Amino acid sequence: MIPLNWYLLVSAALFALGLFGVLSRKNAVAILMGVELMLNAVNINLLAFWRYRAPTEATGLAFAVIVFAVAAAEVAVGLALFIAVYRRFKSVAADEINLLKW
Amino acid sequence: MGILSQPVGAIAAWLQALLEGWGLAPGLTKVILYLIGAGLVATLVQVWVIFLIWFERKIIGRFQDRLGPNRVGPYGLLQPFADLIKIITKEVILPAKADKAVYLLGPIVMNAGVLAIWAVIPLMPMVGMDTNIAALYTIAVGAFATLGILMSGWASNNKFALVSAIRTVAQMVAYEVPTVLALLVPVLLAGTMSLHGIVKAQHVWFVIFAPLAFLIYFIASVAEVGRTPFDLLEAESEIVAGFHIEYSGMVFAIFYVADFLHAFTIGALAAVLFLGGWRGPGAEAFPLLGVVYLWIKAFAVYFLVVWARGSLPRVRIDQMMDFSWKFLTPLALILLVVAAVLDHFVIGLGVWGRALSHLAANAVVAWLVLQYLEHYDRARARQRPMVAQPGQYPEARPPAPVETSPETAS
Amino acid sequence: MTVMQIVFLITAVVTLFAAFRVVTTPNMVHAALWLIVTLFGAAVFYALLQANFLAVAQVVVYIGAIAILMMFVIMLTRREMRDRGPQTGKQWPWAAVIAAAFFGGLVWLGQQAALPAAPKADVPKDSIAQLGQALVSPNGFVIPFEVASVLLLAALIGAVYLAWTRHQS
Repeated sequence: MIPLNWYLLVSAALFALGLFGVLSRKNAVAILMGVELMLNAVNINLLAFWRYRAPTEATGLAFAVIVFAVAAAEVAVGLALFIAVYRRFKSVAADEINLLKW
Repeated sequence: MGILSQPVGAIAAWLQALLEGWGLAPGLTKVILYLIGAGLVATLVQVWVIFLIWFERKIIGRFQDRLGPNRVGPYGLLQPFADLIKIITKEVILPAKADKAVYLLGPIVMNAGVLAIWAVIPLMPMVGMDTNIAALYTIAVGAFATLGILMSGWASNNKFALVSAIRTVAQMVAYEVPTVLALLVPVLLAGTMSLHGIVKAQHVWFVIFAPLAFLIYFIASVAEVGRTPFDLLEAESEIVAGFHIEYSGMVFAIFYVADFLHAFTIGALAAVLFLGGWRGPGAEAFPLLGVVYLWIKAFAVYFLVVWARGSLPRVRIDQMMDFSWKFLTPLALILLVVAAVLDHFVIGLGVWGRALSHLAANAVVAWLVLQYLEHYDRARARQRPMVAQPGQYPEARPPAPVETSPETAS
Repeated sequence: MTVMQIVFLITAVVTLFAAFRVVTTPNMVHAALWLIVTLFGAAVFYALLQANFLAVAQVVVYIGAIAILMMFVIMLTRREMRDRGPQTGKQWPWAAVIAAAFFGGLVWLGQQAALPAAPKADVPKDSIAQLGQALVSPNGFVIPFEVASVLLLAALIGAVYLAWTRHQS
């Protein structure tokens, strides 16, 4: 059987990689990809704890389903925003969109 | 366990005994058996495509008042083999500046997505993976076909291929919604997402319960495969050949196989979901008969697909989007709600009472939809008459005189 | 080493390598493709955890919708077919330090807790039905479920409004 530790390690690594992507990338879509990696890491964590601690209840599964819904909503709005920004600036590089900076 | 009542189970048991006799661990034996099963199914359905190609060419030929292939072999049956030899001897061309890895992965991903659907199709009682998420799984792996088209369209480094890829995404995303909603109706009627469970629940075929859902499922699936009348992704007259414009030789052949196999696969899926799958007289006792029944039903649906290809013109892209978002999706939603509410009241009426009341509800919905469409048509005709009315357009002015400078005139 | 452990390790290596490529590759379409590999790896993890429904839902939602939409937007928001130059900002060493510190902290935290090596019980056969009941029962998660539905509707309308092209007449 796989120890719970392994799952936690993988999800921690995935989360850290996602965090690195969010902090270092220029392209806004790539930043969103980093966020997706982090959300997936969280989901692996949730389901691992569900499987090892309370597999007879539906709590962990329900939590993961809600995370899915939130991720889908976030991507839909985020991508629509990027398209609107691209129309205005002809670019989606996060360091070129600096009208609010002074 | 006889070879007639459980053919696959008997062979599997024999193989397992044989392998364990060679001294393999039981766990490893199981893995090997699964691999053999998967390889067998994948190979058989892909070889089956050879026959499908002949069948479709023959049928399309008849629709267009031609004979179709008839030179190689009896009735032209060996024509696909001749094509095969031709296509194998062709060179696989990699376009300059193409993204090589993605370019070559595209067709494989597309074909894999189609083949993966066959893992859950119940060919006969006791065969095919019985999982409680099979219906959702068929939608999930269908996404890989989209992905394959998107990958190859982008990696070809060709603007027509890219246009085709973007069209594909728009079309697939639009038609996935009505497909899933129509798929939910049989799931709701059977009370399970397992395809085995759905087949077992069909004492009366679900097409009698929900003819409209069947129609929506069929249309939306044809659109997802990208067959005529929804073949905008490879429209020859607009974007040459779409996503596979740069492909040649065996790499193109993989697309070809995936296309035919996908069309037949939606036939098989529709047969399982709405036409009773392997059900038929004597199928419980002799499972091999079940395969025959399923194959006949799948072929009937596949024939409808070919028929549509042979007789309908291609739709425009705005018509395609409107049809999904403004017509199929709302209709599928209404049908789902009607089926759910009605089933709550008529579940105690016995099989036929339940089936007939669902059929009546479908008829009412269909009548209302037709009334609405007629009303909509009339309202639109009033707004935008097809014949130009006097005074609708400004008078044509005489053309402005062309100014010619003296230098060019002389 | 059981078969399951071998499957887990292979999946973990593939997933983490793909995730690494997602955040480092200069080609955005490649990043999206690596993201799909990562998401598929996560689906395999869900299947290993016997959350079959979520594994399939992961493929439908993430690969079928989210990743493909991302590729779509990447293709729409560029003037050229390929990206030029590095796609990582010059702040990347700091980002790497923060991410590494975060990872170290999480690992340290994981070492502190006493974690079970094996699950307490088996997953019940009807766990999908249980999940469905829980999502709509008043004692379960009906309020979060409804809130999520409203959120999705709001996102739908918001996305349509944001991406709307206003034709100047």
